[in-house]
Amino acid sequence: MPGMIGKKIGMTSLFDENGKNLPCTVIEVGPCVVTQIKTTETDGYEAVQIAYGDKTEKNVPNALVGHFKKAGSTPKGSVVEFASYNEDLKLGDELLVSLFEEGEFVNVAGTSKGKGFQGVVKRHNFGGVGQATHGQHNRLRAPGSIGAGSDPSRVFKGMKMAGKMGNARTLIENLRVLKVDEDKNLLVVKGSIPGANNSIVLISK
Amino acid sequence: MDLLKFVNEEYVARKEFPEFGAGDTITVYYKIKEGTKERTQFFRGVVLQRRGSGPTETFTIRKISGNVGVERIFPVNLPAIEKIEINKKGKVRRARIFYQRELTGKAARIKERRM
Repeated sequence: MPGMIGKKIGMTSLFDENGKNLPCTVIEVGPCVVTQIKTTETDGYEAVQIAYGDKTEKNVPNALVGHFKKAGSTPKGSVVEFASYNEDLKLGDELLVSLFEEGEFVNVAGTSKGKGFQGVVKRHNFGGVGQATHGQHNRLRAPGSIGAGSDPSRVFKGMKMAGKMGNARTLIENLRVLKVDEDKNLLVVKGSIPGANNSIVLISK
Repeated sequence: MDLLKFVNEEYVARKEFPEFGAGDTITVYYKIKEGTKERTQFFRGVVLQRRGSGPTETFTIRKISGNVGVERIFPVNLPAIEKIEINKKGKVRRARIFYQRELTGKAARIKERRM
């Protein structure tokens, strides 16, 4: 899957040719630098490693500075592998947003916003327990039963319970590309993508 | 943030309309599609509020149709809007005049502002 690294800029809305109001997300995509070509002979699998987002040299370990220097690039913040690009890429090549076309569908992966410790109603869409009135007391958003009694005498693994929510890798599939701006390295997709503004996202075809 | 502004300015076709605000009576002419035919319809009423900014700005207009109040929300940049006519400038003291919803008949009148 060929792809690129980008930064979520924010959301707005645009009108399409039929006059329909579409919610859309603006992403700054690339330019990404090819920092390593992995081949079956040397690494056991085929992939292209690309990097995005400038960093100052003093904030990057020396080993990585050398790795970027090999590709003739300045130190970068995020490094990701993708595979099966159409053209043959060489070390130090620059990938631009023109990889994507208007009208095609892309997948966007990112880290969702952290929600902290949440109960089952918010975290797993439980309905809560029973009624609020008729003597019901402090059980409104409780999970209810978590299993049978002496048989099996334990709680099954994977039982949906309260806990930390969000701040996890989330993939949104099949977002339509509405606009591609090659001068400003911008990509506009229909719909929302995971994460806060200015967070790093991966866009793949 | 600046890139978002760029997208808003580049891809949203802005329209030139006369300035209007809450309390004004306006007529909005907009195109509607019926199957393959296109025709222009208008909606005339009092502006209750203008809301939002940039490409997502909207305004709400309210009219009394028969005995029932009807409200419609238009995005300012809606491509289907052909023109907006200002029929009356109203004199009101606030930016959002939702109290109009509770008023009927004589009490619902809005004083005209002399320019």
